[in-house]
Amino acid sequence: MKSTMRRFACMLSAVAFPVCFGVSPALGNDNAKPLFDRGKLLATGGVSQVEGAGGAGLTTWALIGGYGSDHGLGLTAHGTLVPLDDFTFRSAGLALGVFDRLELSYSRQWFDTGGTGAALGLGEDFTFGQDIFGAKLRVAGDAVYDQDRWLPQIAIGLQHKRAKQGAILAAVGASHDTGTDFYLAATKIFLKHSLLANATVRFTKANQFGLLGFGGADDGYDATFEGSLAWLVTDHWVAGVDYRTKPDNLAFAREEDAMAAYVAWFPSKHVSVTVGYADLGEIALQDNQQGLYLSLQMGF
Amino acid sequence: MRMAFQIAVSLLLAAPAHADTLFERLGGMDMITRISERTIDIAAADPLIGPHWEESNLVRVKAKLAEQICELSGGPCKYSGNDMVQVHKPFKFTNADFNRLVENLQQAMDESGVDHATQNRLLALLAPMQREIVTR
Ligand code: HEM
Repeated sequence: MKSTMRRFACMLSAVAFPVCFGVSPALGNDNAKPLFDRGKLLATGGVSQVEGAGGAGLTTWALIGGYGSDHGLGLTAHGTLVPLDDFTFRSAGLALGVFDRLELSYSRQWFDTGGTGAALGLGEDFTFGQDIFGAKLRVAGDAVYDQDRWLPQIAIGLQHKRAKQGAILAAVGASHDTGTDFYLAATKIFLKHSLLANATVRFTKANQFGLLGFGGADDGYDATFEGSLAWLVTDHWVAGVDYRTKPDNLAFAREEDAMAAYVAWFPSKHVSVTVGYADLGEIALQDNQQGLYLSLQMGF
Repeated sequence: MRMAFQIAVSLLLAAPAHADTLFERLGGMDMITRISERTIDIAAADPLIGPHWEESNLVRVKAKLAEQICELSGGPCKYSGNDMVQVHKPFKFTNADFNRLVENLQQAMDESGVDHATQNRLLALLAPMQREIVTR
């Protein structure tokens, strides 16, 4: 009880008290344990997926981001850059893992239309964007320890998205400029085979992740799928592929499934680097949008 | 890209065949003894978890750990030590403690040149023991 209270005290004033960050020796005495304890195994928080939640590339995993154990917190910051053929996608954000149970995230996305903006009549470098507020709760299973059970780690979550450029979104036929996605994610690590598998069902109205607003000719929630398969090459290297289906609500342009392949390097619990290739299909009448997927994550 | 994606998926699904027993892959009893001794040496010197072993007979712990890994990996041993729950309960270990020891074991296996697929096969057998060892 005392230690729980201390944890919350640290949470409220984490920045001010170095003891919470493990500057003090964490020996025997329970009270000296750092709150940002980096108590999880390398790579077991995943990296920041495209919407800023713990996952990888395009998919949201059931793992809680960062390295806080079930008695600690973990904070991560990320920056992602995806230069596509006709557009440039960028995002930056923060995620906090709380007792390896709850994940709270914020991410900002920018979708720069570059020269294509002029061709589309939006103006050169017209930039779509959105804020994404995420919450994820682990409800069952443990992806790491449950090696003798079939039960995967299961989490439920939501992502509340607030898109910019509402007037343009209305003009292209989106019904709303805000929307909330709900998802159920299952992640299983098959340590025996050094593999990780993930399947997520998302209920969403988002057009191009929400960058093109929500709903349209079709304004109902769609159930979409996100799948990942990753090979745990070593404890410092993970290689994986993602596949994600998307709604196709807008009348003016077709929306296609997206996929990515990547390699993530975890030199330490403080840094990870993801380099990959993404194929987002047709976006705003520009077909075959592909490009490098680059993401840097810092952890505390 | 779509083609490359399909190739990558099929490569990932083609899990390597496990012809040898894990005991053999680890390098037999000599290597398991070496890994166990080194793991406990690293752990006992680790500022995060080392102090837990201050009162322990490290020679005994190393030998019992080696015996246990030998049995778990399909080798010709029978664990003769104390019950896992009884041994660890008084310490009220956390997941962070457990994971730290896993990291110490990974370091010991790295030093002994055990490949990562083999390391993960052993960790897959040890991971469920978290339920016996972590009590807080
Ligand atoms: C899968 C994980 C683990 C295995 C297989 C394991 C195995 C063992 C074995 C075989 C013994 C000797 C039992 C005996 O004397 O009969 C032992 C003792 C001990 N273990 Fe573990 N252990 C594990 C996890 C941990 C963790 C996470 C810690 C602490 C961070 C820990 C700390 C200790 C200590 C301090 C002793 C000595 C107790 C004494 O002196 O009586 N163990 N362990």
